[in-house]
Amino acid sequence: MRELRYDAVVVGGGAAGMAAALALDSRGKSCAVVDREPSLGGILLQCVHNGFGLIEFDEELTGPEFAERFAARLADSRIATFLGATVLEIAEEGEEKLVFCVSPSLGGLRIRARAVVLAMGCRERNRGNIRIPGTRPAGVYTAGLAQRLVNIEGYVPGKDVVVVGSGDIGLIMARRMSWIGCKVHAAVEILPYPSGLARNIVQCLRDFSIPLYLSHLTTSVYGRDRVEGVEVAPIEDGALQPEKSFRIPCDTVLLSVGLVPENELSKGAGIELNPTTGGPIVDSTLMTSRGGIFACGNVLHVHDLVDYVAEEARRAGLFAADWLEGRRPRKELRVKVGPNLRYVAPGKVDPSRENKLYMRTMIVKNEALFEARLDNAVVKSVKKAHIQPSEMLSLSLGPAELERARPDSMLELSIQ
Amino acid sequence: MKAGSESFDVVVVGAGVCGANIARRLSQYELDVALVEKEADVSFGVSKANSGIVHGGFHHDRKYLKSRLEVQGAMLFDRLRAELDFPFVRCGILVAAMHEDEMRSVEQLYMRGVDNGAIGIEMCSRERMLELEPKLSPDVVGGLHAPGGGIVEPYRFVFSLVESAQKNGVRLMTGWKLARGQWRGDRWELGSEDGRSLRARWVVNAAGLYADEVSRLLGGEDFAVHGRKGEYYLLDRMTKSRPGKVVFPVPTSLSKGMLIVPTVEGTVLLGPTATSVEDKEDFSTTRDQLDTVLNSARNLIPGISESDVITSFAGIRSFIEEDFYIEVSKRAPGLVQVAGIQSPGLTASPAIGEYVKELLKKAGLRLVEKPGYDPFVPKLPRAKDLGPFELDELVARNPAYGEMVCRCERVTEAEIVEAVRRGHRTLDGVKYFTRAQMGRCQGGFCTYKIIKIIMRETGMGYDEVTKRGPGSRVLKGEL
Ligand SMILES: Cc1cc2nc3c(=O)[nH]c(=O)nc-3n(C[C@H](O)[C@H](O)[C@H](O)COP(=O)(O)OP(=O)(O)OC[C@H]3O[C@@H](n4cnc5c(N)ncnc54)[C@H](O)[C@@H]3O)c2cc1C
Ligand SMILES: Cc1cc2nc3c(=O)[nH]c(=O)nc-3n(C[C@H](O)[C@H](O)[C@H](O)COP(=O)(O)OP(=O)(O)OC[C@H]3O[C@@H](n4cnc5c(N)ncnc54)[C@H](O)[C@@H]3O)c2cc1C
Repeated sequence: MRELRYDAVVVGGGAAGMAAALALDSRGKSCAVVDREPSLGGILLQCVHNGFGLIEFDEELTGPEFAERFAARLADSRIATFLGATVLEIAEEGEEKLVFCVSPSLGGLRIRARAVVLAMGCRERNRGNIRIPGTRPAGVYTAGLAQRLVNIEGYVPGKDVVVVGSGDIGLIMARRMSWIGCKVHAAVEILPYPSGLARNIVQCLRDFSIPLYLSHLTTSVYGRDRVEGVEVAPIEDGALQPEKSFRIPCDTVLLSVGLVPENELSKGAGIELNPTTGGPIVDSTLMTSRGGIFACGNVLHVHDLVDYVAEEARRAGLFAADWLEGRRPRKELRVKVGPNLRYVAPGKVDPSRENKLYMRTMIVKNEALFEARLDNAVVKSVKKAHIQPSEMLSLSLGPAELERARPDSMLELSIQ
Repeated sequence: MKAGSESFDVVVVGAGVCGANIARRLSQYELDVALVEKEADVSFGVSKANSGIVHGGFHHDRKYLKSRLEVQGAMLFDRLRAELDFPFVRCGILVAAMHEDEMRSVEQLYMRGVDNGAIGIEMCSRERMLELEPKLSPDVVGGLHAPGGGIVEPYRFVFSLVESAQKNGVRLMTGWKLARGQWRGDRWELGSEDGRSLRARWVVNAAGLYADEVSRLLGGEDFAVHGRKGEYYLLDRMTKSRPGKVVFPVPTSLSKGMLIVPTVEGTVLLGPTATSVEDKEDFSTTRDQLDTVLNSARNLIPGISESDVITSFAGIRSFIEEDFYIEVSKRAPGLVQVAGIQSPGLTASPAIGEYVKELLKKAGLRLVEKPGYDPFVPKLPRAKDLGPFELDELVARNPAYGEMVCRCERVTEAEIVEAVRRGHRTLDGVKYFTRAQMGRCQGGFCTYKIIKIIMRETGMGYDEVTKRGPGSRVLKGEL
């Protein structure tokens, strides 16, 4: 079996992996990116719609265009890329990590490195995860699979569509399916508010007069060989109203019911995961519970904008470079997740420098107050015109806010 | 009917686990045997959706044929595995009593097991139960341990049996639904729904849920096969609640109860429920029933979490009365009935093959051993089971072993191609053969790749690719 050695290996060549590798390269570290697909870009490649890069490039790009800009930079760098190569295992041998991959052209390949950046992205939740009963016919797809079939393979999975859930991929696919001449009959969401971005509700449903049923549970899929429809029932005051259930005939169900970080490799490497995000628990340098293994992008927590992914991944790459140079955070403060927040990533800050934190709220609210308290004293507060769970929030905290932190201080973030 | 149709000594109708075992058993002799199946692939009937238990020989009284065949069948599994390379382990079975008064039923099971000759069966105290299975609820009061019980991947078992039968000369015809049959004095003329015909000296009716229809069609006995549905949940292999042994509750008179099965492939199966159904094609699941499954499972192993659920499905048990009905027909000539094969049909099936062979022999079928009979099917390497160096070597010989198609279950392109080449040309067929699409993403990532491989290998168009045969087309258009 072949063996190679680099300073760092990046697992996954989506937006996160590419950004992390470029950061490592900018610091003069030798680095390899491994991706199982034949080209770099990850999920971006199937997102042929606009809306990427507003922060990163200050213009609106399609997913493939965004990916291409990063891929071009990789091509100009010293970064080695291994495509069509699946990482099967990450092991440790003393100070070194062993990344074992397999590809049709290289066979087994073992890469040795002192740092690893995890950037494996996420996967879609499916019918089983949300336990929709009924029959098991052809015609039930996750929205991302349908997106792949339509945008890359050039096939139409079905003609009469119901979208279950209101995540962004589902909303974007509702529009895409309408454009290619299919009829989208409804989007059905169990929560009282949509789980996708506000702009997608407008541009993908309202502009196409597709009804959105909020507070409705999809109680069953019917049809023997191919989907014939779904049964839906309203939820009123928290209780399902089965007697008010109704059927929506269709031949295709697209599920857009959430994403989960892909952490099978991380688990195999003995990395501790956060049960809320499904991603690794990381310190202020985005390092996991295994020294020298970092995580960023959707494998760490599910992001809604690629620009945030790239930003976070760049930092992960720089932190990995710091680690390679022997630098460790001097002191760290744990971040407590306070009222109305679901999670904060990373869960620690380094008071001696600027820290960028990403988080999600659990509530929908106008005129919300976003606060950071150090030992119960407010050190930062930001007003937000509107917040909702589907839109990730961010906050920067640095020496200005945290200079008085003692080793046992407590930092709490909250939404009021 | 067309003249010149093919002629067989025996036609077995139905390629479930019974038909497959019968056909393979007969393939040992100098006979022309055909196995006909109405679905697009074998094992698409009752035999694909069940608990996959090789039972421990303590559930049924010896007065029943099903009980005797269960015990004989169970003993044949080790040899079959060695010959046929399908996933099977004797992991042992526990019956867990959660109340003192259930212990009386457990004692009865024990006595029955001893009577049936179940090897190593033992009564267990609470401590012994928790030692054997630490994940059990601490509320367990005692129970039964049958170390000989095991688990099998039922469809893989059927696939291997059929492959072996084919290797030894059996003709398999899928998409062949028996619709007509006429006795011509010395042989049957059989016709399929789509107008194909066959001739046969003997017909074996192993049509599962539809054995009643097949019997009627051939002028055999009048009986009704009823359906009783069982719903299941499947848990991800990452679950922390996977027991090491099969865990049964104490059974009731109606069913063996809802179990927790650590499948051979590493996932966990919960279920089945038991509800009578009129419609034998009603494989739908319902929220109520599935909730029952979860609650019952948590009663036995409290750590079971619904967040580990990756899919749900249902199977339908076929039964006539209390027992199997395996006899030479008294009404129709040249017909053997293998009907009402309820649980433990899977366990009993190898013995059913033997039993039917004996019936045919007694009825006058001449059995001459075939000199070239080869009981073995070649072992297929599976990337999932290989270490880094082995995989590296394999890729050097066949690069398609380096292409991971299904990331959740680690199935490579080479394995998918092999499945298609062996005739599994539907998405479900590929799934059951390789496990691709069976893991936690349930095909979200790999379905499009599998569709492309099927098209490439078979030359089928996009509009011919189906989930499990006609009517279940996957794609509806091209851009
Ligand atoms: C349908 C959809 C629509 C979106 N719309 C927008 C939008 O309009 N605007 C916007 O800004 N953002 C949008 N996003 C979000 C943004 O595009 C993603 O969050 C971002 O691209 C994720 O990048 P990533 O690198 O973390 O993950 P991915 O792009 O998923 O990359 C992960 C990579 O890792 C590889 N990999 C995983 N495991 C292994 C392994 N074991 N071995 C080798 N390789 C492996 C995968 O093949 C993949 O290439 C959208 C996302 C989706 C899914
Ligand atoms: C929920 C459940 C759990 C079970 N658990 C266990 C267990 O743990 N252990 C155990 O030992 N047993 C178990 N069983 C029982 C076991 O699964 C069955 O006994 C066994 O699979 C029956 O096999 P079969 O070949 O008789 O039927 P099938 O597998 O149904 O095969 C019959 C075949 O005939 C075909 N057919 C029908 N009509 C025609 C026609 N006209 N022309 C051509 N082909 C036709 C059908 O398509 C089908 O493929 C369980 C059953 C169920 C439903």
